[in-house]
Amino acid sequence: MEENNLNEMKELIRNYVIKEYIDDDDTTITDDTPLISSGYVDSFSMVSLLVFLENKFKIKIPPSKATPEAFDSVNNIVALVNQYLNK
Amino acid sequence: MLSEHPSYEELTRDFSWSIAEKELEYTPGDIINIGWHCSDRICHKGKADKIALYYEGFGGTRKQYTFNDIRLAGNTIGAFLLSQGIAESDRVCLFMDRIPELYLSFLGILKIGAIVQPLFSAFGDESLFVRLDNAETRAVITQKKHLSKVRKIRSSLPKLEFVIIVDNVKPSELEPGEILFSLENAEPVEKFEIAPTRAETHSLLHYTSGTTGQPKGVKHVHYSIMSQYLTTKWVLDLRDDDIYWCTADPGWVTGTSYGIIGPWSLGVTQCVLDTGFSAQAWYRFIENYKITVWYSAPTAIRSLMKAGDELVKEFDLSSLRHLASVGEPLNSEAVIWSGRVFGKQFHDTFWQTETGSIMITNFPGMKIKPGSMGKTFPGITGAVLDPVTFTPIGEPGKAGLIAFRPGWPAMMRTYWRNEEKYREKFVNGWYLSGDRSSIDNEGYYWFMGRDDDVINTGGHLVSPFEVESALLEHPAVGESGVTSKPDEINMEVVKAFITLKPGFTAGPDLELEIMNFIRKKLSPLAMPQAIEFMDTLPKTRSGKIMRRVLHAREWGEEIGDISTLEND
Repeated sequence: MEENNLNEMKELIRNYVIKEYIDDDDTTITDDTPLISSGYVDSFSMVSLLVFLENKFKIKIPPSKATPEAFDSVNNIVALVNQYLNK
Repeated sequence: MLSEHPSYEELTRDFSWSIAEKELEYTPGDIINIGWHCSDRICHKGKADKIALYYEGFGGTRKQYTFNDIRLAGNTIGAFLLSQGIAESDRVCLFMDRIPELYLSFLGILKIGAIVQPLFSAFGDESLFVRLDNAETRAVITQKKHLSKVRKIRSSLPKLEFVIIVDNVKPSELEPGEILFSLENAEPVEKFEIAPTRAETHSLLHYTSGTTGQPKGVKHVHYSIMSQYLTTKWVLDLRDDDIYWCTADPGWVTGTSYGIIGPWSLGVTQCVLDTGFSAQAWYRFIENYKITVWYSAPTAIRSLMKAGDELVKEFDLSSLRHLASVGEPLNSEAVIWSGRVFGKQFHDTFWQTETGSIMITNFPGMKIKPGSMGKTFPGITGAVLDPVTFTPIGEPGKAGLIAFRPGWPAMMRTYWRNEEKYREKFVNGWYLSGDRSSIDNEGYYWFMGRDDDVINTGGHLVSPFEVESALLEHPAVGESGVTSKPDEINMEVVKAFITLKPGFTAGPDLELEIMNFIRKKLSPLAMPQAIEFMDTLPKTRSGKIMRRVLHAREWGEEIGDISTLEND
């Protein structure tokens, strides 16, 4: 994937996470910030994040791949999404 | 290793709650205060310097507190609350993550004779509002990260006078009625006059969900400590040198009965891990703190199973001595798995917000039957009742309603301002739990499911009524029916069936929008994990949505009598 597209994807996911899951305006979310293990996104909410990714990128992520580790940072999520793009 | 205590049979034969009264040095009629018993009393017994709490937060933040530290902290917080004019019987809500201030404020509130109202910090603003409004809560103690949810509803809560923030907010950012309180900067209060609470003085107000109506506040009293003390000692088998970890959040009853009162009334060291779930982090936590007794939940255990056996081998978990579980039925595979990978089987326990303490359990030293909840705790009279006659079923293996004879110390005293609902929980002198099971010929209980529509997801009860009501507030939703669907990890999760108002089109974007709408309004637990858009919902001729039909469809069950189903 081209770097521009990659950065756009990261920004899109990061902005979505901030908008939907972070209540405190002062919290900084980077592409490496742990999301699940930090408790910012809990395991129940992870399902809505999965639906967002599937809708936005027109992909289907198998339940076995939607693990807390795969969702634990924007970078991890981008890597996961890339596995299923163009499949 | 078998329990150090006498056998289940011996304890049952000789049982009296006076055993707990004697060990806690309580004489009926005396002052009794959970805050004092969990801190000052332990110090008086020579354990002031013993660690009461090891805390680890995200990013490796570590703190530790001795029993003298928690005594002082409870005094200091209590004195601060009194200085604000908060008085006995006022409801003070704890709306925080599992940070030390949560545990320490719990003691402080009780020490002044006020009532603790713990609420899960992931609750959305609607869930928070309903519970604060019902309790007429006077103060909320919270963190900056949750302040926006409180601010959103503040103007609709005239009884809420104080919002106390325990972390970093610039004073210039505070709104009227908001107060900063930093335990670290406060002058420790050495001498403090404990409120003269008695056995029947209210202590806690936990909220629980029902099939219909709004959540109910379950009122507990200070005397509940008798049940919590003895069940912690005998069922969780806590001993003086144990390092204990209860993984429950104090927003729920397990997190207070067995995440605060039980271990601290025994003077036992406990650990708190305040991070999101990760199998690695949990195993590392057990290894680092050499945890000996671990009280967790089936959902977590199944998540650990999913992470695999190999991961377990990367950690030294040999400190573990006793494992127990609560929240939902523990499947036999999980019991067998834990025996294989940890060398210890999880002991399932059954109880509820209303019962306040463990009622049915696989007692230490007693044969575990994987998949069974075990037997009633000594002193508890239980039965499964015929659902028509409400009399005990004598036939082994036959399903009925789990019921208990009231009278144990931690039994709820009423539902907050809802005496009618409270009375409905009793028939023929039995307290009806709302769960179904059978009893085998050796007296073991086997869970069979809820007796109502309440959804038990990951060990937490969700009211379908509450979700349906919230769904109707979304502009696109015409009608809604909510039930559960099977889930490998959480046993069941919320599923919503929806008809749309004219002008709206079903689709994945709308599905996500509705999911997030409920997540923020109620909580992530209540968020439908699946939404099905329908042209019509199954209804009775009188127009009531038949959840039973939706449930049967999801679970592949017989629909049963549909003679009242509306003809399309």
